[in-house]
Amino acid sequence: MTRTLWDSTVGKKTIMAVTGLVMLGYLVAHMVGNLKIFFGPGEFDGYAHWLRTMGEPVLHYEWALWIVRVGLVAAVVLHGVSAYQLSRRDIRARPAKYVHKKPRSSYATRTMRWGGIILALFIVWHILDLTTGTVHTSFEAGHPYQNVIDTFSTWYGNVIYIVAVLAMGLHVQHGFWSAAQTLGVGNATRDRVLKTLANLLAAALTVGFISVPVAVMTGVVS
Amino acid sequence: MPDYTQYRTGEPVTDTKAPDGPVAERWDTRRFQAKLVNPANRRKHTVIVVGTGLAGGAAGATLAEQGYHVVQFCFQDSPRRAHSVAAQGGINAAKNYRNDGDSIHRLFYDTVKGGDFRARESNVHRLAQISVEIIDQCVAQGVPFAREYGGLLDNRSFGGVQVSRTFYARGQTGQQLLLGAYQALSRQIASGGVELHARTEMLDLIVVDGKARGIVARDLVTGKIDTYFADAVVLATGGYGNVFYLSTNAMNSNATAVWRAHRRGAYFANPCFTQIHPTCIPRTGDHQSKLTLMSESLRNDGRIWVPKAKGDDRPANKIPEDERDYYLERIYPAFGNLVPRDIASRAAKNVCDEGRGVGPGGQGVYLDFAEAIGRMGRKAVEAKYGNLFDMYQRITDEDPYTVPMRIYPAVHYTMGGLWVDYDLSTTVPGLFAIGEANFSDHGANRLGASALMQGLADGYFVLPSTINDYLARHPHTDTVDEAHPAVAEAVAETEDRINLLLSVDGDRTPDSFHREIGELMWEYCGMARTEDGLRKALARIPEIREEFWRRIKVPGTGEQFNQSLEKANRIVDYLELAELMCLDALHRAESCGGHFRAESQTPDGEAERRDEEFSYAAAWEFTATGGAPVLHKEDLVFEYVHPTQRSYA
Amino acid sequence: MKLTLRVWRQRNAEEPGAMATYEVDGISADMSFLEMLDTLNEELTLAGDEPVAFDHDCREGICGACSLVINGDAHGPERTTTCQLHMRSFADGDTIDIEPWRASAFPVIKDLVVDRSSFDRIIQSGGYISAATGTAPDAHATPVPKPDADFAFEHAECIGCGACVAACPNGSAMLFTSAKVNHLNVLPQGAPERETRVLDMVAQMDDEGFGGCTLTGECATACPKGIPLPSIAAMNKEWLRATRKVRR
Repeated sequence: MTRTLWDSTVGKKTIMAVTGLVMLGYLVAHMVGNLKIFFGPGEFDGYAHWLRTMGEPVLHYEWALWIVRVGLVAAVVLHGVSAYQLSRRDIRARPAKYVHKKPRSSYATRTMRWGGIILALFIVWHILDLTTGTVHTSFEAGHPYQNVIDTFSTWYGNVIYIVAVLAMGLHVQHGFWSAAQTLGVGNATRDRVLKTLANLLAAALTVGFISVPVAVMTGVVS
Repeated sequence: MPDYTQYRTGEPVTDTKAPDGPVAERWDTRRFQAKLVNPANRRKHTVIVVGTGLAGGAAGATLAEQGYHVVQFCFQDSPRRAHSVAAQGGINAAKNYRNDGDSIHRLFYDTVKGGDFRARESNVHRLAQISVEIIDQCVAQGVPFAREYGGLLDNRSFGGVQVSRTFYARGQTGQQLLLGAYQALSRQIASGGVELHARTEMLDLIVVDGKARGIVARDLVTGKIDTYFADAVVLATGGYGNVFYLSTNAMNSNATAVWRAHRRGAYFANPCFTQIHPTCIPRTGDHQSKLTLMSESLRNDGRIWVPKAKGDDRPANKIPEDERDYYLERIYPAFGNLVPRDIASRAAKNVCDEGRGVGPGGQGVYLDFAEAIGRMGRKAVEAKYGNLFDMYQRITDEDPYTVPMRIYPAVHYTMGGLWVDYDLSTTVPGLFAIGEANFSDHGANRLGASALMQGLADGYFVLPSTINDYLARHPHTDTVDEAHPAVAEAVAETEDRINLLLSVDGDRTPDSFHREIGELMWEYCGMARTEDGLRKALARIPEIREEFWRRIKVPGTGEQFNQSLEKANRIVDYLELAELMCLDALHRAESCGGHFRAESQTPDGEAERRDEEFSYAAAWEFTATGGAPVLHKEDLVFEYVHPTQRSYA
Repeated sequence: MKLTLRVWRQRNAEEPGAMATYEVDGISADMSFLEMLDTLNEELTLAGDEPVAFDHDCREGICGACSLVINGDAHGPERTTTCQLHMRSFADGDTIDIEPWRASAFPVIKDLVVDRSSFDRIIQSGGYISAATGTAPDAHATPVPKPDADFAFEHAECIGCGACVAACPNGSAMLFTSAKVNHLNVLPQGAPERETRVLDMVAQMDDEGFGGCTLTGECATACPKGIPLPSIAAMNKEWLRATRKVRR
């Protein structure tokens, strides 16, 4: 069954759909966690600390977090590798372009591909910025509230973040509906519901994530 | 060379295979008499099947299922595109699911009568028997016939009969049945039972020592001419309606396979029996390349009329009810708009000849749904005929829900074809003809929804039973030698013909000749024929043929994909076949079915059959191009359905 | 009307092709698009040039042979086959671009003619019900609920023209394949081969070099027979179901 999945275009799409949904679930949790920043440094930093202690006493300190991290990395890699391989295949399947071009025909595909690349790059940046602090100018481990404020106090920090969130929104909008089709949940009668749900999810995530830099820039959070 | 019309009458031809005894038992008797081929030996027998329509597709699949090695050909890029795909209305079967008095015997009776008593009783009865098995077979293959809410199959009534025995899949029955056969064939291609050559066209038959042993075919992509050998050859290459240039046939449907077989010794029977379909979309101008049929099922609810007054050019909606002539309902009150095709077509021609036709050039009559929309509601009409209405609107740019459709007759089907016996064997041993390519079951006129029935009956059931007998009796141990003189001759003739076509380099296109011969045939050998007209056509055809070989222009080479060459090569055969059609029409001085001779009509203008002189099938033997053929008569015996003047009044 | 045509000319599969420009005059609005090309071809023939090769046969929208990309749209601006497109959809003086189907699984044979035998091989891999002639029970032995019969018919309408592949930016054959899978898999007669059918057909589709589906919906928009986009989701469901049930 694993081979059938990996060898088939439909199977790879299934892997993308499932990993996409896993990441989507993570994004929702992540976004909810981010909103805690509106309740002050105590609550936000406490929440960050809890992420490391969750699962205790069954699990050791940070074990649960690492399990989540490993799971996410696996999802990102599977999603990305599948996407890369499928895209390669798609491009090979249409080597000659039409002389008379119709730009609309590849809009969704292109936004997914470029959006995916933007998101992949952003994830690297985001980890180096707010997890390891490698690219952060004044990173202090254990003080995420202050780190976030610092990041969104630079123009490039805001630009990178907002562009990535918008790309994420578009990616979720087409991706969620697309995953439903791939997993065979879609049909003619359910189509409107799925599309509405995709729009709502994309809008909620975009607004939720962008609210943080906007709040920092406007001084609501400082 | 003697004048073409000075044909000689040769020995009568007889069907030696149909057993005697009660007609209902003959098929069983024949199947029992037939020799069988041991299943283990079937793999060693190769059968060539040319064509992948309903008959060819079904035959190829079934023969391969039985274990024969089948080598199959189609000139289309895929077997799924054979022109059976375009049949719209439905397929008849004597299932009597409606409990409306139908039976095998009634379908048999209707078909013999509908064919105007020019078909063989034995064959037609077998067809009616097999009709019920066809439906079972197709349903098992997944053909999505129309169903009722209870999940059972729906039926409708169709031109010329008073019971509901027609099974259908919206307006695409032919497509669905063909896809069923195509899928069965695909399964055999995958398993290696069938070796398919698509985009390959048969150009000649190879007859070795009096038996059909192979074909010469051209790969339409590379232009390569090749030979293929077998123990038997089956032609399922359809009809020859494209002789008329404008017809409802597909553009590439052609007569080359049957005509080349005829030249190699297969008799051609009743070539003048062509069916003119009453409900086609009228032509719009000289650019017209083909005519489009509107399913005859439209006549179930549409009413046909023309203005009572000559030259009345008011729009249809402005002509009051009492100034309309619903001429079919008036002349044939019992059947009304549902009279058989030949009668409906001729009636349309008559009213147009009177100057009461509608539309451009007065070549059309109205088919009006106003009453049906009033009675059933627009929704119901849409559900039943929606796709046909859409097609009409697309072609004519008129909305048939508000403006009556305009229709006019067009060439649709050819009842004539290669003469075959009860086993579907032609006069060349080892050469079989099935489906529209043969002449067998429809007599002088085919009833609606019977072509699909015959094609599938021949392909799924008749041929696979009867070919066993031939193969069992002629166990070929030898293989045909490429160097055999008969093979070399067939190949050389084909190559010479192709080279000649390419070398003339004249000043007329293939289409211009096709259009010319087509117009001539429509004028003189179309809906109404006269001795005078036919003689004119017979004088003109050799002239066109001579001009063709002087002035034809075929660009490109033979070693490439060359559609002009394909076309020109098919026209060569039309130019000979047309001559035989006219001669057959000339010699048959009676009117019957689709063949209406103006000299032979009743005082009230109906077709008059002359049974004492013409109760036979005319099988023609080829002698030479332009040379008078030899007529062999097969007397028709009617034991069960006694010939009467057909009456639909 | 008078038109400028820019047509893809390619002598054969090996040689490269290019667009060539032709003028045609005296075109009637009632002509079909193919009759307009006939007119051009008659002129080319008389001038001693090779006519433009294009696939066509029934010219009534059902055989699926015709296959032109017109101004970037498979089968042109109307939702129908090329043969049922009429010149009234164009205006006098228009320039019209005519190209063949583009996909690596549909190599060009000549000019506007492509090889679509990959579709046939997809059907051969499982697009049938194994019901040998003579083995069938009575047609009424298994009633089929009308909604299922209608669903089957809606998908069986596919004419195999390949417009879906031509329109898809990925050259994907998912709509074509799903049409046949859905037609046969919903029927009780198709049930015994339900799982192998979808697995084998999808595998063959991949082997032929068609692209994957990114659900752009271009296929369903181009389909002259209106095979709907959810057809693909329905096939995916069948495929996942089969993957769970069949151990290979």
